[in-house]
Amino acid sequence: MEGHVRGRIIKDTIFKSLVMCLSFVAILPLLLILYYITKNGIAVINWEFLTTLPRPIGEAGGGIYNAIVGTIQLIILSSIFSIPVGIAAGIYLSERKEGKLSELVRLCVVVLQGTPSIVIGIVAYLWIVAPFQSFSALSGGIALSIMMLPVIIKTTEETLKLIPYHLKEASLALGVPYHRTILKVVLPAGLTNILTGILLSVARITGETAPLLFTAFGNQFMNYNIFKPIDSLPYRIFYYAMSPYPEWHTFAWGASFILVVMVLGLNLTARGLASKWKVQF
Amino acid sequence: MESTILRVEGFSAFFGAHQILKEVNLSTSNNLVTALMGPSGCGKTTLIRCINRMHELIPGGKVSGNIFLKEKNVYEMEPIILRRQIGMVFQKPNPFPTMSIYDNVIAGYKLNGIKRSKSDMDSIVEESLKNAALWNEVKDALHRKGTFLSGGQQQRLCIARALAMNPEILLLDEPTSALDPRSTAQIEELIVELKKTTTMLLVTHNIAQAARVSDYTAFIYLGEIIEFGPTDKMFTVPKDKRTEEYLTGKFG
Repeated sequence: MEGHVRGRIIKDTIFKSLVMCLSFVAILPLLLILYYITKNGIAVINWEFLTTLPRPIGEAGGGIYNAIVGTIQLIILSSIFSIPVGIAAGIYLSERKEGKLSELVRLCVVVLQGTPSIVIGIVAYLWIVAPFQSFSALSGGIALSIMMLPVIIKTTEETLKLIPYHLKEASLALGVPYHRTILKVVLPAGLTNILTGILLSVARITGETAPLLFTAFGNQFMNYNIFKPIDSLPYRIFYYAMSPYPEWHTFAWGASFILVVMVLGLNLTARGLASKWKVQF
Repeated sequence: MESTILRVEGFSAFFGAHQILKEVNLSTSNNLVTALMGPSGCGKTTLIRCINRMHELIPGGKVSGNIFLKEKNVYEMEPIILRRQIGMVFQKPNPFPTMSIYDNVIAGYKLNGIKRSKSDMDSIVEESLKNAALWNEVKDALHRKGTFLSGGQQQRLCIARALAMNPEILLLDEPTSALDPRSTAQIEELIVELKKTTTMLLVTHNIAQAARVSDYTAFIYLGEIIEFGPTDKMFTVPKDKRTEEYLTGKFG
């Protein structure tokens, strides 16, 4: 009897340590990535790197200013398209739990989430780049907004589903029309979570390269015209890293560092937001 | 002066094939509390939800018969207009979690886009909170969130929110079933106090509560009104055998 119990305790201990070790293995890649990027990238980060444009081949120095601004422009563009559409679709799904259209939208969201980003890039190319006969920030923004949609729709739907039904009732019983009830009572109650979802989707697209290759394309110069090609951090990393010049390789590390910091910052903000502005029912 | 506020005539409600209310007749006059009492599932909540047409939120419902609010047929009115004239308080306190106490009270105006001057709103809020016996407890915390209040306070806040709209009638759907005994007593006192100015319809499965606060009681059983009359009479000499059995705790 004694031995039997001890055997179980030993098994328990082995199991616990195994689970712990494997979860450490799971975070190891992230730690290594952060380590390499910091080690190789931090040296080139300075004010000049952040605020100058890339220089032509053969000239020393240069920076990633246009790429940072471009990435921010792309984020804004894609948010403009995806946030209203995504929230609207999420509201619809949470309000109509059954029904043919809801089922269809839900299916599309799942499929869209699994669609390779390069395919979405090709579609944006066909829709916008080909007719306009020019690579453009707009097409990049649209490609990225399609990638943001599933996340925003899903979080909005799931969030609104968790809003207690009695809140909606309280509003409707006051004679508040349905649309105002949704916009002024239900949506605000879930706003923090929805915002978190939006930030996470932004974090997800900030590092996307594939759909930008034949939409936003990349640009040596600063560009504020959404109908012209635009630079972005991922593209700039790709461009610098593919070059044969050692200096540009370190630039690629530096740009990677900035990109990772941006994405990490977005993720942490999202987390902080979710816990700080939590709505209590 | 007595005038009929609410009249229910030959009213039936169905969900799918299931008949929930059978030919219900009921009427209530101003400044009276009418209790709807009966075992759970008897249709009392359905009945008051049919009065402000909240049952329409759930698809599959069908009704026949008439309900009149001050001689106007509620089924010929716009639901959003009707619901502004009928206050409703739910089982579970449901203040709006994103709003302050102040905004909760004035929510009926703000959410409906009814404009009022700041001083008007201030006086509506103060008066409603006083009527709901909550003013003294919250007057220094009007801009805190309503959800910080205790359950009983939240329920009184919801009553204040309903009163702020100056409703013709206040529907109370088991307002104390989620509250502790102390808060329940406070709400009951409040109902007795409110009776001076407000007509109320109180759904309760608590026999003692009906006895304590109501002027008239309707006993509903299996979707039918078995007995309807002055509370003191019904509780002392019930006419129907089923009422007597329910009151003495033989079923329900």
